[in-house]
Amino acid sequence: MSAHLDHGRRRFLQTSAGAASGLVLGFYLPPGLRTVVLAAEQAPAAAATALPDANAFLHVGTDDTVTIRLAHSEMGQGIWTTLAMLVAEELECDWSRVRVEHAPAAPVYAHLLFGVQGTGGSTTTWSEFDRYRQVGAIARDMLVRAAAERWKVPISNCRAENGAVVSGGSRLSYGALAEAAQKLAPPAEVALKPASAWKIIGKPTKRLDSPEKVTGKAEFGLDVRFPGLMTAVIERPPVFGAKVRGFSAEKARAVPGVKAVVQVPSGVAVVAEHFWAAQQGREALQVEWDEGPGAALDSATLHAEYAALARTPGAKAAAAGDTAAALAGAARTIEAEFDGPFLAHAAMEPLNCTVRLSPGKCEIWTGTQFQGIDQPAAAKIAGVKPEQVEIHTTFLGGGFGRRAAPASDFVTDAVHVAKAAGMPVKVVWTREDDTRGGYFRPMFRHRARVGLGPDGLPVAWHHVIVCQSIMAGTPFAAMMQNGIDPSSVEGVADSPYVKGTPNHLVELHTPTSPVPVLWWRSVGHTHTAFAAETLIDDLARAAGKGPLEYRRALLKDHPRHLGVLNLAAEQAGWGTALPAGRFRGLAVHESFGSWVAQVAEVSVTGTRVRVHRVVCAVDCGICVNPEGVRAQMESAIVYGLSAALHGAITLKNGRVEQSNFHDYEVLRLDEMPTVEVHIVPSREKPGGAGEPGTPPIAPAVANAIFAATGKRLRSLPFRLG
Amino acid sequence: MKLTVNGKPYDVDVPGDMPLLWVLRDVLGLSGTKYGCGMAQCGACTVLVGNEAQRACLTTVGSVGAEPVTTIEGLSVDGTHPVQRAWVEEDVVQCGYCQSGQIMSAVALLRTTPRPSDAQIDEALSGNICRCGTYQRVRAAVHRAAKLAEATR
Repeated sequence: MSAHLDHGRRRFLQTSAGAASGLVLGFYLPPGLRTVVLAAEQAPAAAATALPDANAFLHVGTDDTVTIRLAHSEMGQGIWTTLAMLVAEELECDWSRVRVEHAPAAPVYAHLLFGVQGTGGSTTTWSEFDRYRQVGAIARDMLVRAAAERWKVPISNCRAENGAVVSGGSRLSYGALAEAAQKLAPPAEVALKPASAWKIIGKPTKRLDSPEKVTGKAEFGLDVRFPGLMTAVIERPPVFGAKVRGFSAEKARAVPGVKAVVQVPSGVAVVAEHFWAAQQGREALQVEWDEGPGAALDSATLHAEYAALARTPGAKAAAAGDTAAALAGAARTIEAEFDGPFLAHAAMEPLNCTVRLSPGKCEIWTGTQFQGIDQPAAAKIAGVKPEQVEIHTTFLGGGFGRRAAPASDFVTDAVHVAKAAGMPVKVVWTREDDTRGGYFRPMFRHRARVGLGPDGLPVAWHHVIVCQSIMAGTPFAAMMQNGIDPSSVEGVADSPYVKGTPNHLVELHTPTSPVPVLWWRSVGHTHTAFAAETLIDDLARAAGKGPLEYRRALLKDHPRHLGVLNLAAEQAGWGTALPAGRFRGLAVHESFGSWVAQVAEVSVTGTRVRVHRVVCAVDCGICVNPEGVRAQMESAIVYGLSAALHGAITLKNGRVEQSNFHDYEVLRLDEMPTVEVHIVPSREKPGGAGEPGTPPIAPAVANAIFAATGKRLRSLPFRLG
Repeated sequence: MKLTVNGKPYDVDVPGDMPLLWVLRDVLGLSGTKYGCGMAQCGACTVLVGNEAQRACLTTVGSVGAEPVTTIEGLSVDGTHPVQRAWVEEDVVQCGYCQSGQIMSAVALLRTTPRPSDAQIDEALSGNICRCGTYQRVRAAVHRAAKLAEATR
């Protein structure tokens, strides 16, 4: 068994503690920054005005390697490469010597918007666009000054290029200068390159994490191993909110390899030498539950309750004019209701977390999106200070929001198990645990009534949304105003269609239930874009207009919407003939600071929908890595298609009816359409990339299905016949 | 129980009904083979038993016998196997978790079908789920790997 204690980071921290190591510009954190970890309740930090502490983000080795520390988690979205590109752009380093690693949990790595360390909301690249470039510029400045001092020449005679400082015929590599540079004071200010001088930003760049991910060497949370580490699985509540009444562990303890059976708040954990023994132990365990009110939950009942709620007034999320009067006086009125189920994130790597407790210390290895929230949560249970919780962030085998849990559920239950069992444990969620464990995309229902004027344009728009709140009861509740969770209404309350309608009213119902809900790639936009973009097609038809020309008319004052709409339409050949049996659908939506339009080409055979081709246009402002943005569009489309064609978590007698990929189906290779991505050239500030590609795909496909069949599908997932 | 993995002989003291996946991961420390579903639905645990792609989560270690097992770690020491090279060149990976299984399925396919069509690729790899949606690049990379393998033959 190999020891995994020798994480590079730990090794470096140890060696760098000795000044004689010669490693400089290291990861030294000033003691003042090792203070209390920010609580999420605190006001989010304003964008940093002072220059970042480059030492926390960058290490230039005497061997010429440049190691960049990520304040965010790599979960597939490509920031391992993108943030490194930002540093390299200013540092002028040798790209082949760039290494990347996850930062530990510490206040210096707090998200510049959230105020706590974390990854989500498609914010990494744009929120770090200045900080990571500044880090590169600071280091370059120090290296150049070190060279100038060495050569006794003016700084203006020196320039940095490809990992070295040169002056006339002299050249010194960064590694050779690193030690001297470390002794210099960091600059008080740095000038960042103008966009016209960029050499790396905007250049399609291949991923830096490919080599380790194609050889099986990349370490995910499930791969963590060290001597003495046990594996645990937890018998979890059969219904949400159920409590353990009692359990019999005799048979479980008799399974060879089982070391302990302990009760924790999330259930009863079987701790064993390896996963197989733990799982067998769990099968032998007998647990009695007090199921509580969660046992009465039923998707069909919820569905009816939501439908009834949608017909009653809710909390006001957006309003203008007199919507009721304008609806009454409209030339035509179109009504539509939309609904969709709970969805599991179903990341390929099931949830897991490894914990080792020792006096005054709690070590955690996991793939998390929320280090800054997990750290204090773990500290509370372990009985240590937040800064005594060391979080080793591994690669995430997918996140999609599930690993950004304000409740830190998958971290806290591992700390509980380690504490109760008195040994280091890796808590592994089986696929079934992961599928049934909740923190789902909320179930939703929308009811919309739109009145059209004589010109066919909307004069009144009344939209009622029913959706459980993701933020209520979490530290993010601070973002709620007047009882409105913005993540329930985003995409409708701020839609240019709705805002552009002189009389509009958007209302929200926020039912509560024992089912925990969470952000799921593109959050509220998963349902708001579906409702709005299918409804627009219906309005266009009622107005006797084509889907493209109607959108152009409504979006005439929204150039970035129009830009992607026109680009996607043009590239897809909108309006041109298609092979027999194929039909197109269109959708455009803004989310996370980016604009995306998609044209889907679909055929329908019987009840089977086949998506053949998706043409996607994206405007994400300055595009740091076009290769990465293309990959994220492809990814987001597949994620959205999985949900549109297959995804549904349903409840019966409080139990989640699905358990694994055979009954919670996702898109597979044989259903994969050809995806073509076109990026709008832009010098606007960067927007998000991970999520904005998801919202338009469901409505684009629904609109294509309508074109093919004349059937308007307003329920997700799509079911024909 | 004797087992040959990546050309190396092992003698493991485990029950014969223990899935090969957990022997590889938890006993031999070969963590490149991933757990995704435990019921042969996702392909993350795909390894070669002999020349055939098999889901290690449902393959009992006792059923392997003398057949050599190849895992992702056994393809090459440095990522130079044509399929691995193709994966890097096509920039396939995202989170990377499913990719060991995708690659092993591709390796098995190319052993029997050196120049596969899209339909053959779809058939051979539809058992491998990728939630990041790298499918389009997986297809392209299998074609590229076929060419790379041909060039090196």
